[in-house]
Amino acid sequence: MDKPIVDIKDPVLRIENLHVSYDGIKNSVTDVSASVKKHAITAIMGPSGCGKSTLLRAINRMHDLYPQIKTTGKIFLNGDDISSISNIVLRRKIGMVFQRPNPFPTMSIYDNVIAGYKLNGFSLKKHERDEIVEKSLTDVSLWNEVKDALNKKGTFLSGGQQQRLCIARALAFQPDVILLDEPTSALDPIATAKIEDLLLELKDKYSIVLVTHNMAQAARISNFSMFMYLGELVEYGRTKDMFTKPVDKRTEEYLTGKFG
Amino acid sequence: MKSEKLTKVILFLSSLTILLVASGMIYSLAGGSVLAFKTFGIKFIYTSVWNPTEGSENYGALAFIAGTIITSVFALLVCLPLALSTALFIGEYYRDKPVSRIVGTMVDLLAGIPSIVYGLWGFYVLRPLIVDLGLSPQGYGIFTSGIVLAIMIIPYATSISTEIIKMVPNDLKEAAYSLGATRLEVITNVLIPNARSGIFASFILAFGRALGETMAVTMLIGNANVVPESLFATGNTMASVIANQFGEADGLKLSSLIAIGLLLFIITALINAAGKFIIKRFS
Repeated sequence: MDKPIVDIKDPVLRIENLHVSYDGIKNSVTDVSASVKKHAITAIMGPSGCGKSTLLRAINRMHDLYPQIKTTGKIFLNGDDISSISNIVLRRKIGMVFQRPNPFPTMSIYDNVIAGYKLNGFSLKKHERDEIVEKSLTDVSLWNEVKDALNKKGTFLSGGQQQRLCIARALAFQPDVILLDEPTSALDPIATAKIEDLLLELKDKYSIVLVTHNMAQAARISNFSMFMYLGELVEYGRTKDMFTKPVDKRTEEYLTGKFG
Repeated sequence: MKSEKLTKVILFLSSLTILLVASGMIYSLAGGSVLAFKTFGIKFIYTSVWNPTEGSENYGALAFIAGTIITSVFALLVCLPLALSTALFIGEYYRDKPVSRIVGTMVDLLAGIPSIVYGLWGFYVLRPLIVDLGLSPQGYGIFTSGIVLAIMIIPYATSISTEIIKMVPNDLKEAAYSLGATRLEVITNVLIPNARSGIFASFILAFGRALGETMAVTMLIGNANVVPESLFATGNTMASVIANQFGEADGLKLSSLIAIGLLLFIITALINAAGKFIIKRFS
């Protein structure tokens, strides 16, 4: 297949010939191969139904939850085949943030941040927990806003704050990669801008993969972009290059608003 | 426009009839129990004598209130682990799989079996078993009727809990999975806490059904008008004493039975209202 693949040295993720099918007949992701750069933001864009979320969810093996979904191909995390790691360990190394803010409604802000530790049965000392909570909330610039309300339910926060709380929850395990599935699509422009600034700060410490239906967002914050269409990875390159001189005609048509 | 008006009138009259029937029942229950409450006062509720001898007639409801509460609480405790596990089986573990449809249908089938059939089963199958096990000489009592009651209320607790469990949003479960939780951890830390109040309400409603259940209990409880001393002792519930004695009652005794009916009605109504209130707040 003649698709431009950027050359990435020492990638955090390497995807090889990935196919994902929801019904065993039709592929939603077809033969995708790509490497993802460490400590950078990689955006996956494309019209709805192009397979971008499906690709993202293959990376932390969320598809394992649904036995009818068939995944073939290989994904490597820092050189290790993810199918050889238990999905529990894998998901601690790869955090995920969802489209709609989904803090656990029965838990306080504090408990939401350390939910990963609690769920996995880690017993931490109080000062360790306090440290993790403060650090994670500081990382998402939420600490100053909520430090006096840590025992309140996470669902009392505004949508943007809730989403930052969810990012803090994903950061608490110090993952290698953070996957974000259209994290700002349910937020207003101001909250969106805050999340975008936050992602730009976080990329120094984490490798970020961001699914977005918003081209402008990809252009603003990503270093690399993938364009997917009908399950295929049509084009992958530096965001600057893709937005200024797209190689594939379909990419150009999408970026200029001819479809999507 | 004429049919519009007619519809309105029909709907109004039907609703009015329901209102009249309900208030008529409350009125006659209250009216019928006046004599008992006048004679015994509030003491009627907390004494346990039941003496129908003419001349020294004396009645109190405590033995039956105790019998009702004990059998129902026992039934609830037996039903709880079974119903909750079944609800998790149908609503989470095997959700949308053929096996969960089969189990769900069986649960609904249990709800459709008439009370008298449960009573017969308890009388001819469970009671001899309890005698054989040496748990009680005749096999009648709180334990026997409590077990049958538990089986009878399982479908109610199970089907409501299943619905509540299915309502927990998928993205919350996925969030927990994405943090490396196992299925059991998702169930205990996310699913059950989120469905907690609804599950609680389903058991309240099941408890309400157990309180008023009559036929099967009457056949199995042993009909002793005393506060039961142990789980295997015989007793009587509010519903079963009425079923046993209404035929040969008049005067003060009849009024006492009606007063017991009124108390049962009030307790059940309060329990049901509590359950509905919790469900409403949950959804």
